[in-house]
Amino acid sequence: HKRHMRGAGGGGCPAGGNDFQWCFSQVKGAIDEDVAEADIISTVEFNYSGDLLATGDKGGRVVIFQREQENKSRPHSRGEYNVYSTFQSHEPEFDYLKSLEIEEKINKIRWLPQQNAAHFLLSTNDKTIKLWKISERDKRAEGYNLKDEDGRLRDPFRVTALRVPILKPMDLMVEASPRRIFANAHTYHINSISVNSDHETYLSADDLRINLWHLEITDRSFNIVDIKPANMEELTEVITAAEFHPHQCNVLVYSSSKGTVRLCDMRSSALCDRHSKFFEEPEDPSSRSFFSEIISSISDVKFSHSGRYMMTRDYLSVKVWDLNMESRPVETHQVHEYLRSKLCSLYENDCIFDKFECCWNGSDSAIMTGSYNNFFRMFDRNARRDVTLEASRENSKPRASLKPRKVCTGGKRKKDEISVDSLDFNKKILHTAWHPLENIIAVAATNNLYIFQDKIN
Amino acid sequence: MSQKQDEENPAEETGEEKQDTQEKEGILPERAEEAKLKAKYPSLGQKPGGSDFLMKRLQKGQKYFDSGDYNMAKAKMKNKQLPSTGPDKNLVTGDHIPTPQDLPQRKSSLVTSKLAGLFSEEIFIIPPLHFDIQGLGMLAA
Repeated sequence: HKRHMRGAGGGGCPAGGNDFQWCFSQVKGAIDEDVAEADIISTVEFNYSGDLLATGDKGGRVVIFQREQENKSRPHSRGEYNVYSTFQSHEPEFDYLKSLEIEEKINKIRWLPQQNAAHFLLSTNDKTIKLWKISERDKRAEGYNLKDEDGRLRDPFRVTALRVPILKPMDLMVEASPRRIFANAHTYHINSISVNSDHETYLSADDLRINLWHLEITDRSFNIVDIKPANMEELTEVITAAEFHPHQCNVLVYSSSKGTVRLCDMRSSALCDRHSKFFEEPEDPSSRSFFSEIISSISDVKFSHSGRYMMTRDYLSVKVWDLNMESRPVETHQVHEYLRSKLCSLYENDCIFDKFECCWNGSDSAIMTGSYNNFFRMFDRNARRDVTLEASRENSKPRASLKPRKVCTGGKRKKDEISVDSLDFNKKILHTAWHPLENIIAVAATNNLYIFQDKIN
Repeated sequence: MSQKQDEENPAEETGEEKQDTQEKEGILPERAEEAKLKAKYPSLGQKPGGSDFLMKRLQKGQKYFDSGDYNMAKAKMKNKQLPSTGPDKNLVTGDHIPTPQDLPQRKSSLVTSKLAGLFSEEIFIIPPLHFDIQGLGMLAA
């Protein structure tokens, strides 16, 4: 049983020191002074091979980028990502019965493992999950008997000879079509979807419930977790994220707004209201403040590729947990501890409720998460080093190395440092993704998508 | 949970001093921030992070509508002009009831995402001479 999974096929971290040298590769999106709400990227996800990169936005649109084959004439540039397909996944709706406005914003995209030539992904907004099929068409049939080349039906009585239609090559067309619509199963807002390792089922989680679906069946889903209290006045916590274990198809975890994670085993009972494991770091009661619970709320939970660890993101830190130890995390990494003395204003401008995501690299040796001012943080678990990098147009010359950034917390500000009060809290990096096999990362900075690559030696 | 008086004023400064003993560094900034918040909003409930936040979160997207008010307003409006709606059209006050014409259009984005647009990527022209590209001020702030 491997402790760490190494990606197949090269490009992984060099053995020994993980000395990343991140360089700018590409940036997607417009340079807008006023960013339209619809253009704000709300999710980013690589597929299992890393060849496809999907983004979802607040306008309900999905854009998929595909990695170009490596070009022998340009050996220094690894494949670049270019637009492969784009489609409108969800549209705004109004539930008249409940007077509820349903946003079209894509909350999550999850790819299915590839089983044939087509690609499949699940995309979800607050209420409805859709299974999309993305397929290529490079041939077209010509010479139909009953219709013209432009599609108009021919008068059957005028057909005097029969012919067999022939397939002719055509320019590659990538089509996206909705294959399944999984609707009406969530009263509250969906925050997570996760494909099971059995490749047949998936879960969807909202604030109070988690449902299990079969990918082929849209008119039924099974409720596996329900934390809704009989009396809503007694509500003390909500589900914030959920994920299936990468290898054990009966195991899932879900995180809460109170900073806890529950691991459930679907074999133990049909309704997993009783957890198998309960992960919570004990809190020093004397340090409790008004903000304690809010900043302990977990915004994301992710299993490591190995399946042995999981990572949680709360407002100020990222924690790595060993699944065999519930009492406390094995690692705690501070993302932006300097914000602890700014909690009052962060509460007033609602930033304290921002939901940051986190991700592992392919070999689980490093983790990444976003921050403000278009900064993002990377933690090298083996070398015990961390770095702050910035996604900005200023550092966007091709193959330019990213310079580490530093926030000055008080006292004299050194040159190149930025003071906490100068941070732009509107520039949030909530969504990041790491290629499953190589050192390529995608960082969503509001309406722009940055792609960075590790310098090839 | 009572606030110690000596935490109120000097707490802000002491929080920033890294020389403070062990865990106290982590506690004081938070408590100082809490004191600031309570000073601004004295009515803030004693149940931090509890039901109020969660209820607000669960209620996201809820719009309120009263058919009686709506029809009354519509009847009135037949005779006189539409009252000016002011900056917030969703605010229901007195005579002004949002009518279908007032509501922002909830059309889906028919425009293709700019990530997939024609010029979704900058074209870099490496200048033959040295000049400061950053001086062009492309980035705000």
